[in-house]
Amino acid sequence: MDRPIRVLVAKPGLDGHDRGAKLIARALRDAGMEVIYTGLRQTPEQIAASAIQEDVDVVAMSILSGAHNHLFPKVVELMKEQGADDVLIIGGGVIPEDDIPGLKKAGIEQVFTPGTSTSSITEYIKNNLKR
Amino acid sequence: MHDTEKVKKSFDDYEKKVEKTIAKFPERKQEFTSGSGMTVKRLYTPLDIESFDYEHELGYPGQYPYTRGVQPTMHRGRLWTMRMYAGFATAEESNQRYKYLVEQGSTGLSVAFDLPTQIGYDSDHSLSEGEVGKVGVAIDSLKDMEILFNGIPLDKVSTSMTINAPASVLLAMYIAVAEKQGVSADKLRGTIQNDILKEYIARGTYIFPTEHSMRLITNIFEYCSKNVPKWNTISISGYHIREAGSTAAQEVGFTLADGIAYVDAAIKAGLDVDTFAPRLSFFFNAHNDLLEEVAKFRAARRLWAKIMKDRFRAKSEKSMKLKFHTQTGGSTLTAQQPDNNIIRVAIQALAAVLGGTQSLHTNSRDEALALPTEDSVRIALRTQQIIAYESGVTNTIDPLAGSYYIEAKTKEIEDKAMEYISKIDEIGGAPRAIDVGYIQKEITDSAYKYQMEIESEERIVVGMNKFKIEEKAPKGLLRVDPIVGEMQKKKLAELRKERNNQAVTEKLEALRKACNGTDNVMPFILEAVREYATLGEICGIMREVFGEYEQSVLL
Repeated sequence: MDRPIRVLVAKPGLDGHDRGAKLIARALRDAGMEVIYTGLRQTPEQIAASAIQEDVDVVAMSILSGAHNHLFPKVVELMKEQGADDVLIIGGGVIPEDDIPGLKKAGIEQVFTPGTSTSSITEYIKNNLKR
Repeated sequence: MHDTEKVKKSFDDYEKKVEKTIAKFPERKQEFTSGSGMTVKRLYTPLDIESFDYEHELGYPGQYPYTRGVQPTMHRGRLWTMRMYAGFATAEESNQRYKYLVEQGSTGLSVAFDLPTQIGYDSDHSLSEGEVGKVGVAIDSLKDMEILFNGIPLDKVSTSMTINAPASVLLAMYIAVAEKQGVSADKLRGTIQNDILKEYIARGTYIFPTEHSMRLITNIFEYCSKNVPKWNTISISGYHIREAGSTAAQEVGFTLADGIAYVDAAIKAGLDVDTFAPRLSFFFNAHNDLLEEVAKFRAARRLWAKIMKDRFRAKSEKSMKLKFHTQTGGSTLTAQQPDNNIIRVAIQALAAVLGGTQSLHTNSRDEALALPTEDSVRIALRTQQIIAYESGVTNTIDPLAGSYYIEAKTKEIEDKAMEYISKIDEIGGAPRAIDVGYIQKEITDSAYKYQMEIESEERIVVGMNKFKIEEKAPKGLLRVDPIVGEMQKKKLAELRKERNNQAVTEKLEALRKACNGTDNVMPFILEAVREYATLGEICGIMREVFGEYEQSVLL
């Protein structure tokens, strides 16, 4: 497969903090990936639908409001229901360490917390694609 | 005064000597830059403020152009208001936190609302799931507001509410709670943020399209000038613009451009500038570059005074005074070695005080990780108290004035900010510049540059990209119990059963009519609130009439 990696950067929930999401979208694009950014206030249903419609390899979600335990797993569930189980789903934001094992169990493959460099996220994506 | 020619000559001599030194012992960097990436020279001298006219550029505290402060005695007369932004979970729990803060010496309240409240959804709305009580307190109706301020005399405290799109509704609830305490609206002191433009730009809790949002805002200006005269009707905010990644000059430029748009809108709605402008207030960030930040506050004050006088022909001195609240910079705090944040906050708070702030929130050390615990909040408040009572910086007014660097920098930031304002004027004003994504793009560019500097280690963040240690996951963070959502839903179900539903429907329909017409909507909102119509119901009516804002995204 020789097409560029396609990534959906998504902001689930009502949180308006999009500095991180926009930075990562731009960094991934500069690293040669095709990036679609959803903008704010996406429901899990909207995110799953965009991911499938855009045929992305990666869904990267960002939440800083504390609603991650509710919203992240829901996206994974919806993607699976619709047969898209070969998409790498990752998340980031202000997420307490204690919540990370639960999120991973729910199918969020990696969780990036404050202080992570964009280059390490780029590397992670390149090395962990599922298709 | 200095003999310019003499200084020029001695400065040349110095430069020559320094070049010799540098040839042997190079400086640490080729170019030194400020926290915002502005070039900083090795040395500032009288030559940098050669055309400086004291009376014109600085004047005296409490006098135009207010560079040295808006009050004649500043912090010698009265310290700034120590106002800690707080709120989480239910109204009951937040009420406890407020009482704790007042006991600890806080002198004003500052209410944080959860996201559903800020976006005008009740706690039982499907989009509220997982968000109820998380980043602030959940307020669905007057009932919650009564609990929130239970035992807090509203004629004694001043209350700031971080609420924007539904600001009219929360203000109405506050007025209604005061009525129940026997306090009339003309005695209420406080601030609503009510700044929708920066929500479109940077913060994200918008509801309605621009035109309708601007109408709501001017309705509030008008209503308060007649009924709640001591209330600050808007807090025009650079804070979130800076948090989103802008530079210091962009923070001033974009914030004042927003301010210009509000003044324009109110004048267009038929208000006289001097009736509402004295109640405009501002809200700025304080970052780590101490001297740049002090210069920024001074520049903002001077520029706004000129804008009000020259552009809007304000006559009242009160209209020209830029009063501001400051919050230390959340985005500067690190999740790594979080105790280091105490030091960052102290530097930032010092900048705000030296810059002449009217009120201050100091962030807690754990804010890159979660909402702050009570212990962390206490340290943050103590930081302000140490500056106030021990540092000595409050003994004299605007003590950094006259510093060659501070004055040159103040001028530089003022000029740069004015360039942004002119550019925005060319585009057609702040609302238009937001619609076409200009302001957002400028901020994102600055944020990206900043991030790349951190990643290349051109910019050092202690504990994050240098001086790192192995750390265990922090313990004892504040967690909001997920049961809060269920509790709010239950309270709402009971409310909807108990209240006079016929009266609610009538008041909501009256509000709908007002929204469709040209009357001031505030009295209609207040009527609905008194009958315990919920926030979601009131905003729902306005959503139906006004529609919703669509974000423009440029990466």
